Amino acid sequence: MAATSLKTGTDRPSRMLGRSSASRSLDPLMQWILTGMAAFILLLIAFFFVRLFVEAKPAFDEFGYFGFTFGSDWNVAKNIYGALPLLTGTLITSAIALVIGVPVAVAVAVYVTELCPQRLRQPLASLVELLAAVPSVVYGLWGVYVLIPKMRPVETWLSDTFSFLPLVGAPVAGPNLFIGGLILSIMIVPIVSAISREVILTVPPDHKEASLALGATRWEMIKMAVLPYARSGIAGASMLGLGRAIGETIAVTLVIGNSPNMPKDIFAQGYSLAAVIANEFNEAASDPLHRAALIAAGLVLFVLTLFVNGMARNYVHRAERGQRQVPKGMAA
Amino acid sequence: MNPRDTETQTPPAELRTRDVNAPSETAMADAIASATVKGEQPPATGRTLNVDSLQAYYGDNHAVRDITLTYAANRVTAMIGPSGCGKSTVLRCLNRMHEEIPNARAEGQVMLDEIDIYDSKVDVVAVRRAIGMVFQKPNPFPTMSIFDNVAAGLRLAGIKGVDTKQRVEESLRGAGLWEEVKDRLGSPGIGLSGGQQQRLCIARTIAVKPEVILMDEPCSALDPIATLKIEELIEQLKRDYTIVIVTHNMQQAARVADTTAFFLLGDLVEHAPTGKIFSSPDDSRTEDYVSGKFG
Amino acid sequence: MSATTPGLAPISVRRRASDRFARGILLALTLIALVPLVLIVYELLRKGLGAISWDFFTTDPTGRTCFPGQTTCTIGGVKSAILGTIEIVALAAVIAIPFGIGVALYLVEFGKTGKFANVVRYFVDVMTGVPSVVFGLFVYIVLVVTGIGGTFAAWKGSIALALLMLPVVTRSGEVVLNLVPNQLRESALALGAPRWKVVFSIVLPTALPGLITGSMLAIARAAGETAPLLFTSFSLLGTSFALGNQMNSLPIQIFNDVQAPNDAIVQRAWGSALTLVVGVLLLTTIARLAQRRSKLT
Repeated sequence: MAATSLKTGTDRPSRMLGRSSASRSLDPLMQWILTGMAAFILLLIAFFFVRLFVEAKPAFDEFGYFGFTFGSDWNVAKNIYGALPLLTGTLITSAIALVIGVPVAVAVAVYVTELCPQRLRQPLASLVELLAAVPSVVYGLWGVYVLIPKMRPVETWLSDTFSFLPLVGAPVAGPNLFIGGLILSIMIVPIVSAISREVILTVPPDHKEASLALGATRWEMIKMAVLPYARSGIAGASMLGLGRAIGETIAVTLVIGNSPNMPKDIFAQGYSLAAVIANEFNEAASDPLHRAALIAAGLVLFVLTLFVNGMARNYVHRAERGQRQVPKGMAA
Repeated sequence: MNPRDTETQTPPAELRTRDVNAPSETAMADAIASATVKGEQPPATGRTLNVDSLQAYYGDNHAVRDITLTYAANRVTAMIGPSGCGKSTVLRCLNRMHEEIPNARAEGQVMLDEIDIYDSKVDVVAVRRAIGMVFQKPNPFPTMSIFDNVAAGLRLAGIKGVDTKQRVEESLRGAGLWEEVKDRLGSPGIGLSGGQQQRLCIARTIAVKPEVILMDEPCSALDPIATLKIEELIEQLKRDYTIVIVTHNMQQAARVADTTAFFLLGDLVEHAPTGKIFSSPDDSRTEDYVSGKFG
Repeated sequence: MSATTPGLAPISVRRRASDRFARGILLALTLIALVPLVLIVYELLRKGLGAISWDFFTTDPTGRTCFPGQTTCTIGGVKSAILGTIEIVALAAVIAIPFGIGVALYLVEFGKTGKFANVVRYFVDVMTGVPSVVFGLFVYIVLVVTGIGGTFAAWKGSIALALLMLPVVTRSGEVVLNLVPNQLRESALALGAPRWKVVFSIVLPTALPGLITGSMLAIARAAGETAPLLFTSFSLLGTSFALGNQMNSLPIQIFNDVQAPNDAIVQRAWGSALTLVVGVLLLTTIARLAQRRSKLT
C-alpha cells in the first residue's frame, strides 16, 4: 500500500482560519426562512380560528352560543337556526359508523398481523388501504345508485325486527341516516385498521410467546396477550376514525337525505353538520344570517373534531410510549 | 507485539522520488521525523494541536475536566480509557463537533498553530476543513459514486481552483484504495466492503488536505484484515498529518500510536510515549487499566 | 421423570371450537371489509366503462340536461373537468410541497425537541384532523367573500387544497428526514461544509425518494377532494387555463352529475368516477413503488 505526500505549501487550511467565508452567511438565512415557515403555520391556524369565529358571530349573537348549538329548529325559510338536528345527525351517523366499522377494522388488523399466512400479509393490507384511496364523491355516487337500492330490503327487515328499540321502526326512506352511517363505516375501516395494526405490531413478542408456551390456542393468545396490550391504542385508532366520520361531507350529503328535522329514526332522512354546509352554502350566499349560521355550524364541527382528535392522539401516544418502557436491566 | 519506540522511520526511497512538487516538504518531514516526541518543540510547521484547560459539558453535566495536552505534529496520539471516560468527547472538541449536540458546550483553548480554534473570530467551518474526522461506522454518502464521495469534501467545503480528478486520484492513493477502485470510480460508494468504505471515508477526509486527522474508533466496525490495512495506512498517513485516534482496543494503541493518553471519568490521567504507558506507567490507575484490572 | 409418562393431553373440545370459531369470525370480518371494495370496483367498471369514449375526454360538458327525445341535445364529455383538476392540484402541489418540506426541515434540523418545535408539531397534527369542508369554508371567508382577486377562482381552490396537503407532506417529511442517519450529517460537517450545504447536498438527496412518496400521496388525496372546491373554484363548463377564474374539476363534475335526471349524465358521472379513481390509484401506486426503492426504508 503506497502513500504519497500530498502536501504543498500553498493551500494550507490553517492559513484560512482567520478568514470568514462568504458562503457561511447563507446559514442564518436558511435558518430564518425555515423557522419563518414553521411560525407561519402557527399564525395561520390562529388566524383560521379567529376568522371563523368572527364570521360566525352574527349567528351566535342572534341565538346565543347555547341557543345556536343546541337549538332544535333549523328552519331556513323562517331564518331560525339551531344546530341540534345537525349535531344529532352527525352523532348518530358517527355512532353507526363506529359500531359497524371498528369491529371490522380491528378484526382486519388482528387477522393480518396474527393469523394471516405470511405471503398474504402485504397484499391484504394493501387492499384494505385501497379503500382509503377512493374519493368521497365516488363513495357518494356508489351510495346513491348501489347501496341505497340494494340495502332497502335489509333495512326494512332491520327496522321491523328491531322496532322495539328507540330510533328504529319507521318506514325506510331512500337516503337516510343509516346509509350515511354505513358509508362512513366503510370509509373509516382503512384508517382504524392501519393504526390498530401498528399498535398490535408493538406488542412485544415475548408476551405472545409466553402465552403460547403455556399451551394457549391462537385465539386465546390474542385474547390474553395482544388485545389487552393494544387496547388503548385501538381506542385511539377508533377515535381517529370517529374524527374522520364527523368531518366527512360529500359522501354523507349525497346519501343522508338532507332533511333538517330532528332525527327520530335512523331509517328516516337526516342531516349532519358537514352536510348542511356543503348543501346550503350556495343559497346562503345572499343571506348574511344564513351564511353566518353555516359558518357557525362549521365552527362547531371544527371544535368537535379538535376535541375528538386531541383525545385520540393522547390515547395513541400513551399506548406507544407505554409499550416502549422496558423494565430495568432487560435488553430491549 | 512490541510497543513502538520513540524513533520514527524515514520514508522509503521510492516514495521520496515521487515528491516532485514539493522537495522542501520532504526535507521538513525528515526534520520532524527525527525529532523526539515529548518535551521538544517541533519546527513551526503548524501541525501541532495544543490543548489547554479544555472543559466540555452536556447541559449541566461536566463531562470533561481541565484537559491539557499536546498532540505532536506528524505523530499518532492514541486516547484510551474505559467507556464514558470522555475520550470521544475530547476528540469531538478538537474539531468543534461537540457543540453540534444540543445543549453541549466546550470551554478552554485548542491551538492549531498560533490560532485558537475556539476564538470568537474563527469560522468554525474553516476549522473543520483544517481538522478532519473519520467516524466509527464507515459512512460514504449513499447517493454518490466513489468519485463523488471523495470529491464531496472539495465541493462541500467550497474549495476552488483544484483539479478535481487529480485530487481524487491522489486522495485514493493516499488512502491505499486507488488500485482497487480505479476502474469503477462511477459505481456507488456504498457498494464497497466495510474496510474499503472506511478507506473511502479516509480518502474523502484527506482530499481537503487537512492538517490534523481525528479518528473515532475507526476500526471497531471492521474485520481484522480490514483493521490491519487501516493501521498500516495510519502509519503512512502520519508522514503528512497529525493523527489523533480514539480506540477501545489497547493492542491497537500499542501497534499504531507514538504516544498514548489515558483518560478516566473525564480527566486526563497520563500522557506518555506508548511504550512507557504499557510497560511502566507513572500512575497506578493507568497500570490497573492496561493490565486489565478494570475496563 | 415419572415411570408412566402420560400421553399429551388434548385440549378440550370447547377450547378448540372457540378457537376455530374466533378465527373464522376474524377471517369473515376481513373478507367483509373487502366486499365494498370489490363492489365499488365492479360498479365503476360496469357503469363507467360504457361512458368512456373519445368524446368523453375531448369535449367539455355542455351543462344541458338532455331528455330522451331531444335528439340534437348533447351532454358533452368531461374534458374541462380533467384539465381543471390537473391545473388546480398542480398549483396546490407547487404551494404545499415546498412549504411542507420546509417545515419538516425546520423540525428535524433546527427545532428538534425544543418547545417551539413541539408546538409546531402539535399544530400540524391539528391540521391533519380538520375536515376538508372547514378548509374550504376558511378560504371562502378569507378570500372569496372579501373579493380578493374576484370571487370564485381556481387559485383559491388550490390554496384550500394546499392547506389540506400541507400537514400530510410535513408529517411524512419529518419521518423521512429523521431516517437520514445523523452520522451522514456529521461527516459532511466534519469536512467543513456549512449547514445549508449539509441540508441541500446531503440530507435532501438522501431523503428524496421518501419525500417524493409523501408528496405523491398528498397529491392523490387532494385530487379526490370535492368539498374545498365547492366554495372556492366552484365550477365552470368550459376548459379554461385562467387560474383567476372559476374552473371545473372532476370531483365537482361528478358531484353535479350525481343527481341528474338523465341516465346518460349519470353514466358520465360513473365514467368520471372511474377516471378519477384510476388517476388516484396510479399516483398511490407510483408513490408506494418509490418508497420501496428508497435506500432508507
